[in-house]
This record gives sequence, C-alpha cells and structure tokens, in this order.
Amino acid sequence: MSVEEIPHTVEPHPITGVYNGKFGIWLFLASEVMLFGALFSTLVLLRVGAPSWPQGSELLNVPLATLNTFVLIASSVTMVMSWASLKMDNFGRFKLYLGLTVLLAFVFLVIKYFEYTHKFHLGIFPSTSTFYATYFTMTGLHGLHVVGGIIVNLYLLFPGSKLWHTAPEQFANRIECAGLYWHFVDLVWIFLFPILYLL
Amino acid sequence: MAESAEEIRKHVRVYILVFAALAVLTVVTVGVSYLKIESVAATVLIALFIASIKGGLVAGYFMHLVSEKQIIFWVLALTVVFFAALMLLPSVTEFSGVGELEGQV
Repeated sequence: MSVEEIPHTVEPHPITGVYNGKFGIWLFLASEVMLFGALFSTLVLLRVGAPSWPQGSELLNVPLATLNTFVLIASSVTMVMSWASLKMDNFGRFKLYLGLTVLLAFVFLVIKYFEYTHKFHLGIFPSTSTFYATYFTMTGLHGLHVVGGIIVNLYLLFPGSKLWHTAPEQFANRIECAGLYWHFVDLVWIFLFPILYLL
Repeated sequence: MAESAEEIRKHVRVYILVFAALAVLTVVTVGVSYLKIESVAATVLIALFIASIKGGLVAGYFMHLVSEKQIIFWVLALTVVFFAALMLLPSVTEFSGVGELEGQV
C-alpha cells in the first residue's frame, strides 16, 4: 500500500458524523474522566472513612487558588478565541490568543509552584497526612495535565502552525481538539478547587 | 465546520458572556465557603452544584457541546454511567469495610 493521507481530518466520517480527530479526543477525554474519577472516588472513601478530616481552607491558600481559578478560566477563553480567530481567517489574532493561553498556563504553574514550595518549607509533604496525600496527588496530576497542554499548544503555536498555510481547515480542527483537551483541564480544576480548598 | 465568520462572531459574544458568568460563579463559590454553613451535606451540595453549573458552561459553550453531533453524546453517556459506578464504589466499600476496620482498632 502506498503512503496515504490520514482520512477524515476535515470532512466528517460517514459513520460518526464528526472528523476523526474530534471523535478521538472525546474518547481520550472519556478515559481522562475515569482517571480523575478514580481519584475523586478514592478521596470520597478516604474522607468518609476518616475519623476526622481537616477543613481545606484552614490549611491551604484559598486566595492563591482563587486567583489560579481565574487564570485557568481566562486561559480557556483565550483558547476558544484562538480557534474562533482561525475561523475568522485571522492568523495573527490566533497567534496572539494561543500565546496568551500558554502564558496563562505558565502563570498557573508558577502560582502552584509557590503553593507547593511554601508547603515544603513548612515540612509538609504528601506523607504528612491523608489530606495532604490527596491534595498533592490530585493537584499534581492536574498540574501534569497543564504541562501537557503547554507542550501541545507550544507545538501548535510555532512549528505546527505551518499547517495553516497548506491545510487551514485541518489546522483549525487541530486547534479545536487541543482546545477540547484544555477546557477539560479547566473543568477538572473547577471541581478540584472547591473540593480540596473549600470543603 | 461550515460556519460563517458572522456566526463565529456571534459565538465570540457568547464566549465573553460565559467568561463573565464563570468569574461571577467563582466569586460566589468562595463567598459561600465563608458563610460557614452548619450542615456539611448542604455545604458539599452547594459547592458541587455551583461547580456543576460552571462545568456545564465550559462543556456546553467552550467545548461546543450545545451544538455537537449525536455520537459524542453517546460517548459521554457511556462515560457518565461508568463514572457514576466509580463514585458509588465508596458507598459499597464503606458498608463492608470501614465499619469492620473500626471494630478491629
């Protein structure tokens, strides 16, 4: 068989009704729901079974986490705006918005770094208590997802963006898929924030 | 994706509104936590309720679920079933596990 192009990168697949990339990313996100779901389920079990459980707001930095919530929400908006810019044929605006998305993701990680190192300076580690074990595990896994998003978005911002000049619709679809992942990362934080910091 | 630039402009207005709603709801989430409601169940339910609205806005508008194809909803419906099973596991475990552990201590 000769080298063929991957089919249905732009036109919808006749069976699914969506282009393959979108179907693929949604299946991946379904698996991600189960990954985080397992941790949420474990947290419920540990918390309900524990004789006592600390109030997150007394141990964790709520103002910093609130700021981080705003940062992630803002990055979700810039992400969707980068896709919309491509749809409006404005490549320069796309670069600006995707660049802002990456920048905000870095801001999120820097704030998280301050939170973590402050805890470490106080001698607080995942082994300190069940509460901190769940806190570091869940925010750590979420942080890794932010790092993953940064890598993908940096690729699409620089070397990957060449595709715009040869296959603009396919490139816009790639940005949509990267966006779906990024919004999921935002969505996980929307639940992590109240559950770990406020309850 | 045959949406015209004019339609996308309409989307953009919605995105800005959703952004504002998410910001307001974040403030509400933090504000409610300062009320120090007595009932733990009520506190958890209110927090999860607000988070669900925020999550719904993100999934519905930023992830375009409001106008998505049926196949994606089938994938999500299946995910919801498995997720619900996962979240129900602690209740099953609790009845046969934690109580016994307490008895042993």
